[in-house]
Amino acid sequence: MSLHPLRRDAERERRRYRSRVIVGAAFAGAGLLALFLRAGYLQVVQHEHYTTLSHENRIRIRPVPPARGLVRDRAGVVLARNFSVFSLEVVPEQTGDVESTLRHLREILSIDDAEEEKFRQQLRHMPAFESIPLKTRLDEREVAIFSVNRHRFPGVDIHTRLVREYPFGEALAHVVGYVGRINTAEQRRLADDPNYRGTRYIGKTGVEHSWERTLHGYAGIEQVEVDARGRVVRTIDSTDPAPGADVTIGLDVDLQLRAHAALAGQVGAIVAIDPRDGALLAFASAPSFDPNLLVLGIDRRGYARLSGARARPMFNRALHGQYPPGSVAKIFLAFAGLDQSVDLVRGHVQCGGRYRLAGTSYEYRDWKAGGHGRVNLEHGLAESCDVFFYELAYKLGINRIHQYLTSFGFGSPTGVDLPREAPGLVPSREWKLAALGRPWTAGETIIAGIGQGYMLATPLQIASATATVAGRGIRLRPRAAVRIDANGAGSGEEVPPEQLPAVAAEDADAWTRIIEGMEGVVHAEYGTARRIGGGLAYRMAGKTGTAQVVHQATRTSYEDLESIPWERRDHALFAAFAPSEDPRIAVAVVIEHGGSGSRTAAPIARDIIDHYLNRAAPGPAGLIADRAGLPGAPQP
Amino acid sequence: MDLRSLRPSLARFDVTLVCTVVLLAGVGLLGAYSTGGEPLLYRQLARVVVGCAVMIALAHVEPGHFARWAPWFYAATVAALVAVLVVGSSAKGAQRWLAAGGFQFQPAEVAKIATPLMVAAFLAKRRGVPRLSVVIGAAAFIVLPVVLIGYQPDLGTAVIIAVAGAGLLFIAGTSWRLVISSAVVGVASLPFAWFLMKDYQRERVVTFLDPEKYPLGAGYQVVQSKIAIGSGGLYGKGWLSGTQSQLDFLPERSTDFVFAVLAEEFGLIGVLMLLVLAGIAIFRGFWIAGQSQEPFGRLVAAGLVLSFFMHVFVNVGMVSGVLPVVGLPLPLISYGGTSLVTTMAAFGIVMSMFSHRRLLAD
Repeated sequence: MSLHPLRRDAERERRRYRSRVIVGAAFAGAGLLALFLRAGYLQVVQHEHYTTLSHENRIRIRPVPPARGLVRDRAGVVLARNFSVFSLEVVPEQTGDVESTLRHLREILSIDDAEEEKFRQQLRHMPAFESIPLKTRLDEREVAIFSVNRHRFPGVDIHTRLVREYPFGEALAHVVGYVGRINTAEQRRLADDPNYRGTRYIGKTGVEHSWERTLHGYAGIEQVEVDARGRVVRTIDSTDPAPGADVTIGLDVDLQLRAHAALAGQVGAIVAIDPRDGALLAFASAPSFDPNLLVLGIDRRGYARLSGARARPMFNRALHGQYPPGSVAKIFLAFAGLDQSVDLVRGHVQCGGRYRLAGTSYEYRDWKAGGHGRVNLEHGLAESCDVFFYELAYKLGINRIHQYLTSFGFGSPTGVDLPREAPGLVPSREWKLAALGRPWTAGETIIAGIGQGYMLATPLQIASATATVAGRGIRLRPRAAVRIDANGAGSGEEVPPEQLPAVAAEDADAWTRIIEGMEGVVHAEYGTARRIGGGLAYRMAGKTGTAQVVHQATRTSYEDLESIPWERRDHALFAAFAPSEDPRIAVAVVIEHGGSGSRTAAPIARDIIDHYLNRAAPGPAGLIADRAGLPGAPQP
Repeated sequence: MDLRSLRPSLARFDVTLVCTVVLLAGVGLLGAYSTGGEPLLYRQLARVVVGCAVMIALAHVEPGHFARWAPWFYAATVAALVAVLVVGSSAKGAQRWLAAGGFQFQPAEVAKIATPLMVAAFLAKRRGVPRLSVVIGAAAFIVLPVVLIGYQPDLGTAVIIAVAGAGLLFIAGTSWRLVISSAVVGVASLPFAWFLMKDYQRERVVTFLDPEKYPLGAGYQVVQSKIAIGSGGLYGKGWLSGTQSQLDFLPERSTDFVFAVLAEEFGLIGVLMLLVLAGIAIFRGFWIAGQSQEPFGRLVAAGLVLSFFMHVFVNVGMVSGVLPVVGLPLPLISYGGTSLVTTMAAFGIVMSMFSHRRLLAD
């Protein structure tokens, strides 16, 4: 140990230095070990937890909405279909600046205020990574313009979307209905239905509404991998959606167009039913609207204009319109009288144009000032003699009238597969006491004999009851849909006609006599609708009706129709079926403020029936579509 | 530089350290390709080549030259740090970059070498156990760049230089008493540091303490990187198959958070290999420092290795959620030029101590 002091110092210094280096190395070693343990904790102990989080990060389950089924008419003509539109959509998050994007888009494309308002509304409510439509129907020129400028607009792209289209527009609006964007109330209702996740449209009215579940189909599921921006990178797994079934309705689009045309300029409804199976052949309400406008959503003002118009085009008169049936009710009163063997139906009345209840002074007038003279049941129907039916109603009494009218389906919804049908009204003693708090009066029974007073019926109910007469008591529930094709056309399943409790007659002769009377309306020289009877190649049974809008006493005469203001004119009705010996069509026509049934409603009914019976038997669907020059020939 | 200093043959190279450093840089290339494909790979590869050249060149330089040039290098670095605050360009709210002759660099990265060199040179001249005045003098050389860097603000680098500098003072032989009392004072003054921090720095500290509370805000990075690491499991999801990184969930994935990418794709096995490589570099560096006879050389080696360790520790610590996010790359591996080249330069200097140990001993 005889080292030089300096060397000894250096040695000591070096040793201390080494010990410090060892401490440092140990410190570093401990640090690295700690990092390893930390990684091990995350990767082994908590591996499952983080694997789950990682999956949640990148995997999204997305519903794939099914394609909606088509609606066809009985010949296969497509009445509602899907078509692709080019939709300009914006993903706000990817644009960088939505405002400047909008400004620059407006420089190359016309974007109107309504579109922008709708866009902004959704912008506020949707997540920033969601694609929001800005302009929903781009034409090819616009698509081209945008495509050229696309690089300038990150986050903006053109998508192809399936949109519902109604090729016949307003002609079928009240029967096919339309789809619209799912609203908040519907959203709440469908919240738990996995089938509707991803669906944007739902049937709002008509067949689109009542057959919603059938037309909608079943949603598929897609497992996709997304990146941090929510963009889909790839599809991991998917279950294809099952497209909705096609619904074929019994409607004859050719006849429907005829009916729609017949109502041009009028306010009213036409319902035609095949009495053999209850299928609706035509179902028109005027004025109408273009359902295509409602599919993509119209702005608030446009909707207000449509729903607030005085003639209310959105109001389905065939289904929701409730009218006093007027003299059309006489058909059913006559049956009641026959079935109850009221003496009167075997005899006659002497009609002097007035009727007075015994012991009272009030006089009920007949529509024909001078009276009809000696009138039996058949004549009463053909000439629509009020006095005969005043007397018959008096003999029957309101209870039996109520019973028979109800048995024909009046006073309650027919149960047709169209939504929110109006029930109409058949008054009774109980009803009046409950609804109005006053007892029934004898006079009310008298006017019930001519379908006035409280009674209300929808055009559909009138058509259905007329079809029941045509079927001699057999009642079939009116129906729109006749076939469901789950897997494309051809392999379909028929919707069977539904029998309702028949109107049974004690004596089958009762039907014969009623039909005879109704034939007289059209074919007899004294029939109220004799004007339409000329040149008919078949026998038609009908009944005119004129429903008072303003009480008789406040009017002067039946004759000067043109001098009465439109809104005070009577509603014109006509119910008919043909051929009367083997009925194939039953029709109800109601024209609001049409004046008189014989003059306004009956010619329309004849036009419809003529058209239906005189043309060649329906051939293959394509022919019909061709002949009518119609779009939408059925697809194979 | 005279020709004699270039004489050491390959045999005198520290092959272990060279291989380890190059392997770590290679891991960085895997990360670069995984996060950015070929463009990032080639750019990073070019930097690795430049870094290797610098490392090998510096390994040939005689340690004495470093000692002589240290004060000038240090002065130039401090000048650059001042310049960065005056004319530097900023990115993400901090002024860190200085443009010089067509390319940009971060003076703070250079300070990571210049500061230990300066402190080592200063201490080497004053033999024996450093007295308080010496420690304070050396500390002053550390504090100056730390303050300038902290002002940019670049908290991470400032902390690294401060801690590595303190470690250097410890290794230089500062008495335990002084070490412990300074540590106590340091911890006690932490609350005051809170008042000196900028808002975003405070936010980071708060976020660090409770990252899940801000899953989409400031805590997002940490939450996502923990998911990446944890979901990697033992064996990883496979190279280029890390969903967290490939689908952009992981922010800053090619730079500061590259460790999470590697942990996700190569699993705990990969992490182990990475840490073992880093450990080999660190322990080999300490070994060289311990072997070195010359005070300047051993202090420089120890200081630079300590700095490298702190870097790895803070980066992996923040990425795995045990330290606050301070914005610090993983040395040798993160994508980025200045960090890579300066780290390789630092290892070059350490190697120089090895290459010249016999010459010095003679």
